[in-house]
Amino acid sequence: MYQTTYHRASSVDEAASLFGKSSEAKFLAGGQTLLPVMKQRLAGPSDVIDLGKIKDMIGVEASGDTLTIKAATPHYDVATSDAAKKAIPALAYLASLIGDPAVRYRGTIGGSLANNDPAADYPAATLALGATIKTNKRSIAADDYFQGLFSTALEDGEIITAVSFPIPAKAGYAKFPHPASRFALTGVFVAKTKSGDVRVAVTGASQSGVMRVAALEAALKASWAASAVDSVSIPASGLLSDIHGSSDYRANLIKVMAQRAVAAAG
Amino acid sequence: MSTVKLTVNGKAVAVDVEDRTLLVHLLRDHLNLTGTHVGCDTSQCGACVVHMDGRAVKSCTMLAGQADGANVTTIEGIAKGDELHPMQAAFRDNHGLQCGYCTPGMIMSAIDIVHRHGGQLDEATVRQELEGNICRCTGYHNIVKAVLDAAGRMKVSQAAE
Repeated sequence: MYQTTYHRASSVDEAASLFGKSSEAKFLAGGQTLLPVMKQRLAGPSDVIDLGKIKDMIGVEASGDTLTIKAATPHYDVATSDAAKKAIPALAYLASLIGDPAVRYRGTIGGSLANNDPAADYPAATLALGATIKTNKRSIAADDYFQGLFSTALEDGEIITAVSFPIPAKAGYAKFPHPASRFALTGVFVAKTKSGDVRVAVTGASQSGVMRVAALEAALKASWAASAVDSVSIPASGLLSDIHGSSDYRANLIKVMAQRAVAAAG
Repeated sequence: MSTVKLTVNGKAVAVDVEDRTLLVHLLRDHLNLTGTHVGCDTSQCGACVVHMDGRAVKSCTMLAGQADGANVTTIEGIAKGDELHPMQAAFRDNHGLQCGYCTPGMIMSAIDIVHRHGGQLDEATVRQELEGNICRCTGYHNIVKAVLDAAGRMKVSQAAE
């Protein structure tokens, strides 16, 4: 790891101010991606600003039709949160599948969304549920937030403080995990909103990161059943192809995971 | 350089380290607690697992500074004098190790698993929960047996306390 200067912020304002004073700072949440990347010297920030101990940024609460997860909440706390399990069980389940137990104790939802790894789990739930990403400057709709591989609407120095999920009528998540890393080879999150709309988001499969699939949404809106997916055709173009799976294989996985997600949602 | 103050195995320590120092290197190089191992150094193998404020974390994937103010327990801190922790005893009795390199991390993760699941542990759960700890010798069979054995012993020893 290159030399760096570590700062522990005690508030969001302090973190933003520290960022402004540094030449090439990075925010550190759980560090489960940033630190491995720094160890490989693929990143060499002059300053690392730790958000993990900011009390206002940790917690899960349901209020009315919304479940809010503060950005520095670790995956384990989401997976075991009574509020999350009651409001959106598929989201708590998703959190329980990320990485391994030690990673889930440290990794956070804010870190996952800021990094926007194309095979990460949280982007699928965030996009499918039509969540709102709250930052220290504004609120960003999920549809505007994800902008391709490792790319988001966040501006330099902008900090995610919380994510608000509208509580759906039904939701389910199914993922085919890479057997070693547990990242999604393909993961599908399906959600039926209380107004009857259907949103489907896929992670791990596309060359441009998390994506919605209009054909699946239309089929499931017409009939909310796993069998409704049978007749949908998913083109392989634009999908990832690597030693773990060809684009045709991933196109098929999208259908299979969508069926499983609908079955899980009930 | 920064001074990191933390409690390690019940003892308060203050250590001057470079800001880029990982928790595992603070433990091994500055406190000479070499029971915590560095295996893969890429967050995958779990040989470096320690407990921080009661949670099993990978000490190679944390800056030392992130542990400032924390209560850290390493493999050196779990036995009571000459009496092995029930998890250590179960690993010995069930031959849950061969070369021993992964064992400290296995034991620290396994204690955390038992704490979280209590009496609800079965073989499938143990295998699933050990996904962040890699062993290249045993094929895991005796490790799983040891964790299940220890889960029973830890319940008994808690009841006795």
